[in-house]
Parts: sequence; structure tokens; C-alpha cells
Amino acid sequence: MAFLSYLINGLSLGSVYAIIALGYTMVYGIAKMLNFAHGDIMMVGAFVAFFALNSFGLPVIVSVVLSMLATTVLGVVIERLAYKPLRQATSLSVLITAIGVSYFLQNGAQLLWSSSTKVFPSIIGNGSLKLFGGQLQISYLTLVTIFVCVAVMVCLTLFINKTKTGMAMRACSEDKGAATLMGINVNSIISITFAIGSGIAALAAVLLCATYPTLSPTLGSMPGIKAFTAAVFGGIGSIPGAFLGGLLLGVIEILSKAYVSTQLSDAIVFAVLIIVLLIKPTGLLGKKLSEKV
Amino acid sequence: MMKFEKLVKGGLAAVMALSMAACSGSGSSADTSTPAANDGAATDAAAAPAETTAAAGAFKLGLSGPLTGGASVYGQAVKNAAEIAVEEINAKGGVQFELTMEDDEHDAEKAVNAYNALKDWGMQISLLTVTSAPGAAVAQMYQDDSTFALTPSGSSLAVIYQDATNAANPYGNVFQMCFTDPNQGVASADYLSANPQLGSKVGIIYKNDDQYSIGIHDKFIAEAAEKGLEVVSDEAFMGEDNDFNVQITKAKDAGADILFLPIYYQPASTILKQANDMGYKPTVFGVDGMDGILSMEGFDTSLAEGVYLLTPFSADASDDLTKNFVSTYQSKFGETPNQFAADAYDCVYAIAQALEAAGCTSDMSNADLKDALVQQFTSMTFNGLTGTDVNWNTSGEVSKAPKAVVIENGVYVGAEG
Amino acid sequence: MKTNKNFFAKLFTREYRSRLISFLIIILGYIVIELLMATGNLSSMFQSLLVPVTCYIVAALGLNLNVGVSGELNLGQAGFMCIGAFAGVCISGALAGVISNGIIRLIIAIIIGALLASLFGILIGIPVLKLQGDYLAIVTLAFGEIIKSLINNVYVGFDSNGFQFSFVENKLKLAPGGKALISGPMGATGTQRIATFTVGVILILAALTIIYNLIYSRSGRAIQACRDNRIAAESVGIHVANTKMLAFVVSAALAGAAGALYGLNYTTLIPSKFGFNLSILILVYVVLGGLGNMTGTIISTIVLVLLPELLRGLQDYRMIIYSVILILTMILSNNEKVKTFAAGLRKKLTRNRTKEAAADE
Repeated sequence: MAFLSYLINGLSLGSVYAIIALGYTMVYGIAKMLNFAHGDIMMVGAFVAFFALNSFGLPVIVSVVLSMLATTVLGVVIERLAYKPLRQATSLSVLITAIGVSYFLQNGAQLLWSSSTKVFPSIIGNGSLKLFGGQLQISYLTLVTIFVCVAVMVCLTLFINKTKTGMAMRACSEDKGAATLMGINVNSIISITFAIGSGIAALAAVLLCATYPTLSPTLGSMPGIKAFTAAVFGGIGSIPGAFLGGLLLGVIEILSKAYVSTQLSDAIVFAVLIIVLLIKPTGLLGKKLSEKV
Repeated sequence: MMKFEKLVKGGLAAVMALSMAACSGSGSSADTSTPAANDGAATDAAAAPAETTAAAGAFKLGLSGPLTGGASVYGQAVKNAAEIAVEEINAKGGVQFELTMEDDEHDAEKAVNAYNALKDWGMQISLLTVTSAPGAAVAQMYQDDSTFALTPSGSSLAVIYQDATNAANPYGNVFQMCFTDPNQGVASADYLSANPQLGSKVGIIYKNDDQYSIGIHDKFIAEAAEKGLEVVSDEAFMGEDNDFNVQITKAKDAGADILFLPIYYQPASTILKQANDMGYKPTVFGVDGMDGILSMEGFDTSLAEGVYLLTPFSADASDDLTKNFVSTYQSKFGETPNQFAADAYDCVYAIAQALEAAGCTSDMSNADLKDALVQQFTSMTFNGLTGTDVNWNTSGEVSKAPKAVVIENGVYVGAEG
Repeated sequence: MKTNKNFFAKLFTREYRSRLISFLIIILGYIVIELLMATGNLSSMFQSLLVPVTCYIVAALGLNLNVGVSGELNLGQAGFMCIGAFAGVCISGALAGVISNGIIRLIIAIIIGALLASLFGILIGIPVLKLQGDYLAIVTLAFGEIIKSLINNVYVGFDSNGFQFSFVENKLKLAPGGKALISGPMGATGTQRIATFTVGVILILAALTIIYNLIYSRSGRAIQACRDNRIAAESVGIHVANTKMLAFVVSAALAGAAGALYGLNYTTLIPSKFGFNLSILILVYVVLGGLGNMTGTIISTIVLVLLPELLRGLQDYRMIIYSVILILTMILSNNEKVKTFAAGLRKKLTRNRTKEAAADE
């Protein structure tokens, strides 16, 4: 029974990683850049939701929507100001800029909201589903987290595969030059990608903070790295890959904490990542790219 | 083509070298003291006769702490409280202070830089550092330069002893305002064994990359063995980790009815919530790091109901000293002070008391000040926010009585025993 | 006359010139700083920055070999520094009773640190270099984190019976007079500070010599060929994996040496210092200085280490200003207008110089 409860914990943590990873992977797939500021955009989302809930007493749904709007705008503004001028630059220059943005958001948050830790209010009560005569408890929050994660994944997949914008995104991801020739406005597609990725980050933020309720300006950095790992794990650029990678990462992390050592869980997570990449060099669901001469 | 680039870069290097020299004179201090003292700082290089009398005889008090980054909450608290104390003392007349705090980002390397920046500024007396690891990195330098230091919250043994493994070779010039970590571990184990009604099986969750937490944890385990307390689960976490479900589940499955948390209040608040979600309700026992949990913005204080903690300071205490300090702090910074702030406030007052008693003047050399202060600190008793009849031994360890309190209806209530 | 001209031509070819300039800058800078120190004109704060700057320069030079010359994005340089640092601290601590001369101990520590880091470089390089691009980057990141995490759990002590090791839990039972060298996450405390600026500068010069000799050798050209076109390089018979391994291991060794110097400059050292953030910081030095440009790396490292210290006056705002400077530098250095302007300026200067040269003849 303990194993099952650990497994469910892992799935809940993994779902949060997966939602963050979805944002990472979308931006990577289309803009071909590692947006290291993604975790910090999420942090901003968490603070917006916190103030909406706590200081203005808004209902949960309104707060979540507000926070998603805020991060969407933030994501687009960052893209316009910091990344767009670097469209032609090397990927390393963009990477460094993203790190600069990440520092900026963290320190800006500290100045704006002070570094004293805040506690995210409980959004879904404390109830839990009791199975096997109360031996296994699954909190409603865990169920909601997993459900939201699946819903986001399904919506995104449908969006990418069925809509015109989604098709344009896939075209940009394959070949920007050809996409431009077909009359696709690559710049606006990239902006839309950032908007969606950042909006989802706010959703992840709310779920993350509902489970782990302490808020600080550095709250995004560790989940950010973990989610990035998850995205690579599943094959970066692939949406189902990010989903699978996130879930697996969460489960591995919790199980290694439970059965090996709480101190070594990070090492184990990264070791599994390395082994997977050695067997499948482009991640679990990544496309195998053949090199042209 | 290439030459121009090289030329520019060569030039840049020269500029860098020059700027190093140029900056050496001015230093780059960040003054955080009163306006009067600020004026003094601006003109002190020129030693203008127009200096205010307040600043003329002021002691230069320096410290470093994390003002940016993950640990900045502690640095900011210390900075705020030290500022209040300096303002109050300066307003009284008598001993005058000029305070400068540098950012060390809770990093040993930056702490050394910060120490040297303070030295360039002309620091005479120091509050060392806010956190332990940076404090351990600079303590040796304070000894080499014969400067007196009293840390508000650097509680590790490595801050005051050269050989922390064996608690031997104290620096002799570095003193602590907070308890040393082992002291708290022993006190916690003693309290639990003296009050068996709280429970008999202890589960522990500690942070194993934090000197503070490890220090308390190790001594608690040793003392618990001696007192016959049964430790049934002993789990650690690291860094920014905030998923404690595994650790809590293990304590729960081991049947622990006491959960000992030698950690700070932020992770503790998460542990309380996650334990509650799990339907696990042991008696939670914390140490002084737990103080601050009730004033976290957004925290559901009902979760902390019945939590025991050993703390030298409580913001809800009803004595005048605490009341005044808390209200000044709240009106200036909009937050409730935690024990870091209280320790920092006491530090400044303790130094002022010692300086006054020894009749020190600000034109004395650092070494003379150090000798006078060490002499005072090892013989005087001090009454402050964090304790009465506080005294220090020659190693720099403080002796004050930790008070056990229990949280009832969202406030601290003195616990029996 | 003609032979003479050839000799100079050789001396002033691009490769020699760039070598010469970087060596001259280092030596000149060293002399200036030593003079300033001797005359008491260098503030304590800048004196305390000297050794860390040399450490970061050496680690960044190594990374530039890896990222700039070999073209593999490495996000785990801090991991190698971590190995070097803790190996150095252990060796120095163990030898403290045998060799009293700090400099000799420091040099031994640096060599051991470099050797151990290069050993790990080989072990890690075998799997890592099978991957490409961002996947390679993430695996180096993973290894960096694993190294940090493992050292976080290592306990090393030294007593009359020699070294003692323990993993995850501290089970060291040291004989009287023994000393705990590494205590897991609390790292090393009470280290004797034996690192000196002079040794740091010598280490930079050594690093430059190694890197330049490597770049302008047969293997160096092979490394660059693999970077520019892997398939073409393979087709002319270059063993890509071995070639890349060479750059990777040299880079790791330099990071290890830098780490040893760094570790012995502080009384305390914690493993969490060597995380992802430090790797990224070193990468920033390399990218800002210019990929493959060693002189640029040296200068950008100095500037970026000094910058936060010079911004101390801004207090709480300093890190935000630092990040804005970082972003603006990246945007401006990639801006077409700025680029054309710089190119135009360069053209103008070279034209003047050719005119002068023509007039001379």
C-alpha cells in the first residue's frame, strides 16, 4: 500500500513537471531555443495568483485566469524585447539572454514582493478519496493536478494537429524559410507559442503551489531545471514526450526518495536520464533526425 | 581586421587595471545607517570639520549577509533590525554607530569579498555574517585582522572554532548572539524526555545541507540515546526541496508520535500542511528556526496549532522591550520580526553596552577595541529581546535559557517544564 | 632583407600574434597589480578578488576549448571544478603534516585536482560524446549535478591510519588528532588558505600554452574540422570521438586545476557552490568573450567578476542591473546596426594602417 501511495505522489509531482515541460518543449520545438527563464515566468504566475487569492480575495477560477493572462503578457513582452532581436544570433547568445531574463525576473520579484516566504492558500480543501477501507488516501488536489495535466496535454495536441495555427506552428518547426514562403508570419507564430507556453506555466504554478505551498522568488528555478530535464527525457520538441517525461521523472524521484535515499534522489534522476539518452539519443519519443551531408 | 579587436581588448584590460586602482581608494560601501551617519560617511574621507557631532565619534559597525538570492529573507531581517537598533542608540546620545551591510549572497566567496569591502570602508567592529557558512569562511580573517565580531545568527560551531570537528581552538574574537546548534539539540532532547506525555517515539526530518540543521540533529540524536528517547525515523532533505511526502510517510509508518523538526519555518510550514493532508497528527517539536511561522503571509495558523518550539524570542511576548521593537519594526517594514531580527537587534545593543562599560572611543584601533570588547563580553551580563542574564564564555558561546512555548489559538503560550 | 621579413611574417602571423597578445596582457596585468599591491594602492576587496578571478579564467579557458573550439555545449564545467576543489582540499589537508611549504602543497594539489578531473572527464566523455547538440548539453548538465550530489554525500577524514571514507552517513571514526576533511553537505571547513595570485597567474599562462599548442597542432585542426563538419571530417579519416575526447578531457583537467586553486583559497567550501548556476556563469564568460577567442574569455571573465562587486553601491538593485547589462550586451553585440558600425570602424582603421604602411615603403 505504501508503494501505491508513493506512486500516486510521484504522479502528482510528475504532472506538475509535465505541465512546465510542455511549455519548455513547445518553445523549443518552434523557436529552437532553450528558454531558461520559463521557470521564472512560472514564479511570476504563482505570485500573481497568490495576490489575487489572498490580498483581493478573488475566487480560485478568476485568480487562475488572471495569473494566466499575466504570464501570457509577460511571455510575449519578454519574447519581443529580449529574444526577437536575437532571431539571427547563435543559439548560445539566446541561451545567455534567457539566463539574463531569468536573473532579472528573480531579482525583480525580490524587489517587488520582498523575499519573505509567503504561503499559498489552499484552493481545493483538504478532502481526500479513501480507497481500500481508508488504507490508501488520495487527496482531491492530486486528482485535480493529474486531470489538469492530461487535459492540457490533450488540448495542446489537438490544437497543434487540428487547427490552422497549429499547422503553421508545425511548419515553422520544420522549416522557417519554407514556412515564410508559404505566407506564414513566423514572428507572430513564435509570439503565439510564447503566449501559450507562458500561459500554461501559470497553470503549473498554481498546481505546484497548491501542493507545495511556500512562495519565494527562487521558487521556479529547481522545478524549471527538472522540467527541462523532463522535456529532454521525453524528446525535446515532442508534446506527448514532455508529458511522459514529466510523469516518469516525478515517479522516479519519489520512488528513489522512498526506497533508496532522500539524499541521492537527484543523482538517481539524472543518472536515469543519462541512461535513457544513451539508449535513445533523442529522448523517449523524440524524432530520429538523419544528418544530411 | 583582427588587430582592431585586439587593440580594443588590450585597451579594455588596461582600463580594468586602472579601474581596480581607482576604486581602491573609494571602496564601494552601501550605507544603511541614519541620515546623520550617512553624511558622515560621505565626508569621512575628507574629515571635514562640518561633520555632525553624532557621526564624528561614531563606531563603524559592519556586517554581511544575503540581501539577494534564496537566503535573502534572513539578511533583510537582520538588516532591518540592526538599522532600528542603530537609530535608537544614536538618538539616545552616548555611543554612536555608523552601520554598513554588504551583500554576501549566502556564499563563502562573496562573504570574503564583502569582508574586504567592509575593511576598505574602515569597519571597526563587526556583526560578522548572518548565515553560518559565510561566517566560517571569514572568521579566520577577523582573527588575523584583530577585529571583534558578534554574529546575530551564525550558529554553527565552525563560526567560533577553528577546529569545528572537535570544538577546539576558538578564535576568541568571534562571539555568537544565538545559541550554538548543539546546545539546542541537547535542550530539545532534554525537554522531550522530561515531558513523556508528549509522546515517546520520535521521527526527525532535517535539512542535511544546512550546518544549522545538522548541528542540532547530531546532538539531539546523541542526547536522545542517553536519555532513552526512541528515534524511530530519521530522514533528511536538501536544498530547495519541498516535497516531504516521503519523509512524512516514513515517520508515520514508523509510528512516530513526536515529529522533531530542527529546521527553519518555511519548509516546516510545508511539512505541517503535507502531514495534515495525509491525516497524520503527531506532536510537532521545533527549535528557534520555527519562530516566524505564524507571521508568514497566507499561512493557515490552525496548522501550527499545538506545535512546540524552543525559542529565545517570541514576537507575541508582552514585555515592553519586545512590544516596542515589534511595533517599530512593523510600522517601518510592514512585517513581523522573526528571531533573526531579534538577535541582530540584541547584538547592536550588547555591543553598545560593552563599549559604554569599557569606555571605548571611536579613535581606538581595531585591536584595542577587540581586547576591550572581549574583556567585557566574557564578564558582563546582558538583558535583551532574546533573553535575560545572557552571558558568554571565552570561546564566544552564548549562554541563555531557551524557552519552550506551545502554539495555542495562533499565539505562543509558555509551556510547562 | 627578405629572410628577415619572412621571420617577422612568421612571428606576426595571426596565430602567433593572438598568442603573444594574450600572454602580454596577462603578464602586464600581473605586473601592474603587483606594483599596485606593493605600493598599497589596491584595496582589500580587489585583493580578495585576485585568486577567484584567476580560477574562473582558467575554468573558462578550458570551457572555451570545449564550447568554442570543439563546438560541444558543456553545461557541467562546475562539476569538474568541484572534483578538483575537493581533491585539492583533501590532498593539501593530508600533506599538511608532511610538507610545510604551502606553495609546494598547492602545486601538488592543483596537479592531483587536474588529474582526477581529467580521469572523470574520460569516464564521462565516453558516453557523453556519443550524443549531439542539446542532448549532449543536458547530459553534461546531468553529470555536473550528479557529481555535486555525490560529493554532497561523501565524508572523508584523515588520521594516523591514512584516508577514511564514508558514504551517505557519517560513519568516520577518526583516531585522536585526526581531521575531518569533507563532511558531506557541509563540505570542507578549516582549510588552510594557501592559494596565491602568483600561482594563479602561472596557471593561466600554463593553460594558455596548453590550449594554443593544442589548437595550432594537427589534433587542434582535427578538432575544429569535427566542429565545422563532422561527416566531412570523418570522411578524411579523423576519428571524431577520440578527437572530441581530447578537447573534453583537457577542458576538464583545466577546470579541475582551477577548482583546486579555488578550494584552497577559502577556509570553507560547500559542494552546492558547484551547481548548475556556476556552470552557467562560466559559460556566460565564454560566450561574452567570444567563442574560440581566448583573449576575449580572459577579459570578459575579469569584467563579469568585477561587475557585481563594483555595483555594490546599488545595494538591492545590483543584481537586477547586472542582469540588464547581460541582456543588453547580448542584444547589442548581435545587432546588425552595431555590427555594421563596428565593421565600418574597423575598415577605416585598417585602411589608415595600409596607407601608413604604403607610405613607409
